Amino acid sequence: MGFSLTYLSLLILIPLAGIFVKSAEGGWPHFWESISGEFAIASYKLSFGASLAGAAINAVFGLIVAWVLVRYDFPFKRLIDAFVDLPFALPTAVAGIALTTIYSQNGWIGHVFSADGFIGSAFTPNGWFGTHFPPGTWLGDILPTNGIPIAYTWVGVTIALTFIGLPFVVRTLQPILSDLSLDFEEAAASLGANYLQIFFRVILPELLPALLTGFSLAFARALGEYGSVIFIAGNIPGKTEITPRLIVNKLEEYDYSGAASIAVVMLLFSFITLFAINVTQWWNSRFYTRI
Amino acid sequence: MIKLTAKKLAVLLGLVALSGFLGNVQAKQISLLNVSYDPTRELYRDYNKAFTEYWNKKTGDQLTIDVSNGGSGKQARAVIDGLEADVVTLALASDINAIAEKTQLIPVDWQGKFPNNSSPYTSTIVFLVRKGNPKNIKDWNDLVKPGIGVITPNPKTSGGARWNFLAAWAYAKHKLGSDDAAKDFITKLFKNVPVLDTGARGATNTFVQRGIGDVLLAWENEALQSLQEEPGKFEIVTPSLSILAEPPVAIVEKTAAKHGTTEVAKAYIEYLYSDAGQELIAQHFYRPSNKAVLAKYEKNFPKVELVTIDSDFGGWKKAQSFYFGDGGVFDQIYKK
Repeated sequence: MGFSLTYLSLLILIPLAGIFVKSAEGGWPHFWESISGEFAIASYKLSFGASLAGAAINAVFGLIVAWVLVRYDFPFKRLIDAFVDLPFALPTAVAGIALTTIYSQNGWIGHVFSADGFIGSAFTPNGWFGTHFPPGTWLGDILPTNGIPIAYTWVGVTIALTFIGLPFVVRTLQPILSDLSLDFEEAAASLGANYLQIFFRVILPELLPALLTGFSLAFARALGEYGSVIFIAGNIPGKTEITPRLIVNKLEEYDYSGAASIAVVMLLFSFITLFAINVTQWWNSRFYTRI
Repeated sequence: MIKLTAKKLAVLLGLVALSGFLGNVQAKQISLLNVSYDPTRELYRDYNKAFTEYWNKKTGDQLTIDVSNGGSGKQARAVIDGLEADVVTLALASDINAIAEKTQLIPVDWQGKFPNNSSPYTSTIVFLVRKGNPKNIKDWNDLVKPGIGVITPNPKTSGGARWNFLAAWAYAKHKLGSDDAAKDFITKLFKNVPVLDTGARGATNTFVQRGIGDVLLAWENEALQSLQEEPGKFEIVTPSLSILAEPPVAIVEKTAAKHGTTEVAKAYIEYLYSDAGQELIAQHFYRPSNKAVLAKYEKNFPKVELVTIDSDFGGWKKAQSFYFGDGGVFDQIYKK
């Protein structure tokens, strides 16, 4: 008890308390100004929005990946299973550079979506969408007109945050999935349930707590991510600047208390997320012991 | 018994040291940390080698020099936060000012300690465009045209970007007259910037490796180096007016005194002003302050009208807070 408290204090509690102290140094008006500035608000929207989107994408596709890895046998399964952990192991800067290389307008995938690419060319004034829905029509006004840029937009940010969150969902679902007995599904099938009914009525309720845990973990991780995102985000203030980057900007202006103030906001949100994770986990364990 | 041998050994070592001292070949192991900004990697790699040899010949000491590179502002912050640099060689005076003000490790009058405002080399801001200059970019006013992609790092984090910003501002001010018009001009220019990297090297990579944008606002040395590394892919366009960028150097006096490196740190900086140092500087595409060396390499350094930070912007202290401080001009251009 004493040991773990000391350990936690040295590593986590004292540095975090330092942030609160630092944020108070500039006084209340400065604190408020720092956390409610136009760029700060825009960065929260981007950071939270992209993190949520990334976690949601992971919840769907992570479930599919976990499902396939548990239920099916195929060559190199163990190797592919190991790939899932790559986002854990890879230095995030490496991931960021790799993603940017692929998704920038000259990268393999980015090019396909750029104005000269196969898909992106449909979204030019002379492309399929451009000619069928010219500006002025309902769809024409919201469609991009110069291809679909991925890197340096919020789309790129979401991709990076999806990348780093994947293992959380897969690794929380896998043990639950492998424990899931086939008996229930067979019983449901014998009672005349179709595939959709089996999935939504029998399997999903079993998985839901673990899925929520994985989702929240991926979300929390994405919220604090810095290394991989800064490469693929355009870092334009108010548009593609994530909150962690804004903190760094404040630091570089030697505005330590302003940086700490925004950090406090991030911290509170992270704490709320982690609290939510713990609640779902508690619900999770109650749920499984009941069965 | 063991103690005795240890004592004997100590005496022996003392004698060896003493004899070395008497023979004036007291070879010491010294290490020096130079905290520098982003694009000086190559310059200081070669310079450190040259200086280590020079110092070894002069004093017999073995010198190990480490260099840390990064965005100028970030580097200054690292020193403020406790990175024990003996020497700082940053992108602009205001970053060294910040260290001097926040830590007192450097005296406030540091800029008068070495010749030329403590800038052994200067540079300026030029345009790097793709081969053949397909968008026909000739001068600053071409950068604000719609459809031109301009690459520059973020002035908040990058020293080079601050020079970029001020050079563009100086052009607009000279051409258009008023501050409001200049602000309008710079707002249009930054509308054309798709990515804001943290440092000059990052911006160069975005432009050169990823192929983003039509023009890179770059340190002249960085642009010349890109030409050398990727021959036949880029061209340099020198605008009609630019800014004299003076990246200054300083000894972090209190830290150096603590490390006992004051003397070598001073020599390290002075050697930058020597003929050998200036030659290396020119070879790495910085404009040397020595006129003879500059003349020798003049084909790399075309004559261009240069404004200075002191004449046009009232010095770094003023410019820093007005243009790049919280709520300053740079922040305003991104507000809706």
